[in-house]
Amino acid sequence: MLDQTPVNTLPHAPGVGYKPQHYSAIIADPGPVRWLEVHAENYMGDGGRPIAQLRHLAERFPISVHGVGLSIGGEGRLDPDHLARLRHLCDWLQPASFSEHLAWSTHDSAFLNDLLPLPYTDETLSRVCDHIDELQESIGRPMLLENPSSYLAFAESTWEETDFLAEISRRTGCGLLLDVNNVFVSATNLGFSPQGYIDAFPLERVGEIHLAGHDTDEDDHGRPLLIDSHGRAVDEPVWALLDHTLARSGPRPTLIEWDNDVPDWPALVDEAARADAALVAAHPAEAPA
Amino acid sequence: MSNTIKTMAIATAVTAAMASHATTASAEEKVKCYGVSLAGENDCKAGAGTTCAGTSTVDYQGNAWTLVDEGTCTTMELPEMADGTPRKGSLEELDRDLPQS
Amino acid sequence: MTRQGAFRSAILDPAQPMPPDLLDGRGGPAGRSFSVYRNNVAVSLTEALEQTFPVIRKLIGARAFATLAGTYLRAHPPRSPVLSRYGADFPDFLARCEPLAHLGYLPDTARLERALVDSYHAADTDPTDPAIFSQTPPEDLPRLRLRLAPATRLLRSPWPIHGIWRFNTQEGTPKPPHRSQDVLVTRPDFDPLPRLLPRGGAEFLSAITSDLPLGDAMERATETAEDFDLSALLGLLLQDNAITDAALDEEAP
Repeated sequence: MLDQTPVNTLPHAPGVGYKPQHYSAIIADPGPVRWLEVHAENYMGDGGRPIAQLRHLAERFPISVHGVGLSIGGEGRLDPDHLARLRHLCDWLQPASFSEHLAWSTHDSAFLNDLLPLPYTDETLSRVCDHIDELQESIGRPMLLENPSSYLAFAESTWEETDFLAEISRRTGCGLLLDVNNVFVSATNLGFSPQGYIDAFPLERVGEIHLAGHDTDEDDHGRPLLIDSHGRAVDEPVWALLDHTLARSGPRPTLIEWDNDVPDWPALVDEAARADAALVAAHPAEAPA
Repeated sequence: MSNTIKTMAIATAVTAAMASHATTASAEEKVKCYGVSLAGENDCKAGAGTTCAGTSTVDYQGNAWTLVDEGTCTTMELPEMADGTPRKGSLEELDRDLPQS
Repeated sequence: MTRQGAFRSAILDPAQPMPPDLLDGRGGPAGRSFSVYRNNVAVSLTEALEQTFPVIRKLIGARAFATLAGTYLRAHPPRSPVLSRYGADFPDFLARCEPLAHLGYLPDTARLERALVDSYHAADTDPTDPAIFSQTPPEDLPRLRLRLAPATRLLRSPWPIHGIWRFNTQEGTPKPPHRSQDVLVTRPDFDPLPRLLPRGGAEFLSAITSDLPLGDAMERATETAEDFDLSALLGLLLQDNAITDAALDEEAP
């Protein structure tokens, strides 16, 4: 248990997902962007430009390391080589935060490069908790666990996702990463209320918020099927859901993710500025600048 | 070659290499950290759309390979084998399956 | 089969039925939303392969490459979550691909692309001070042992892989010549460069990486190519920061 440790030291301000093509623009003028998030797996080489860029950026910005490949929800044991790589990265970089996903991606040593869903049962709960314990032990710090985007549900699930995440956080001491776009995507796809999900979420455990754009498709019945594509600006209902969240949680480190059709830096600055405004609006009136 | 000749050859080559290196050493100051990445990157986005790549059961055995002509391989005019000879039995192989392991 | 085993099989094989007991959240069966996962896996791994092997893609065309990537990702899903490593055995896969056997140069060209990516992520090292060469007495030079940077990669091919690579990456480059080419990938700072080696160059560098001293390496090179130009190759190695260490025999670790 790491219950008393603060889950991270990111500022309660806007950040963006780092893309190498923005390096010079970020150094020149970060605008309202106060911190950066990188995907852990892109910084696991021995050297070269990726590591050099990250070292430079870390001198100027708090860095959040976001893992996308550990397969915490996997049926098998965690990959010890990958755990060692994560530990090495956290050791030299000393990031302000480390986060991963409630999902699986590796089975039988095949890495499928997608965040795949798991049923929410007592069995999967204890396995996920074991994996998080092992990871936190390995990197020597508490992590944040992110809620997934869902496209389907499992007949055998016995837990609500919000209760499942709350129980994981309670048992392991991990914090939570609340992806508001994922909430909206899952709620639309599975037919539940996104506001109801936020209201049921253990917001006191949230160490970071994610925002991103999604694509719209159709399911077999002609209903909207939203895809977590990270390929466009954040949609209006997701901004509204952010306001709903911040009104209950207070300001949190809030990230803009844009991974597909990555735009020029000013478009990300615009998104970060809007997140900044939402964060300022959520501040208690007496808060100093 | 004799050791003396080898030693002389190496010494001469080293001297010449040093001379040319000295003139090019400070040629340009590079912006060391700028540049986009090479190779596949990890991220946590979902692919766009729900159809195409994942669900199409492409016919790997046949017609797709005639599409090779859309590439630059046709314009380079290289022989089929590195020694310049044509490969044996090339065209009949188009309906053969791809390696599975 | 376990839940995730069934998922994995159905994701990689579109001909298989989707796993049982998946719901749409409203009490009905999940239907086509399972194909979102199939699509994510296929699209993202195809993109990763495209980014590592852009020249192969250009050579055979985008559509044939996508077909090839689809087959490859199902037969050889990544073994590591680090995607920059994906495709290590893609050159061998190409070599076994019968429909592409008339393009005999594809596997070696893919090996060059893979080597460029490996070089890009290789460890950083400081180049050796070139002064070691002028400070070493001429009669001792044959006993000098060189160490090459971790970002260097030596490739030998019966195909003109350097010409093929240039023809497909740089506008206005002439067609590749009909001859074999050996390449040394170097990384002067952060960007890997494929350098065409002169005759004897590969023999020289093989000897160097086998920890033979300069004199022996020179001999190997001149056995192959009497006109081997050590000066040009040494100049290139210095210019590209490819030598990280140079020491006389007795000091070598």
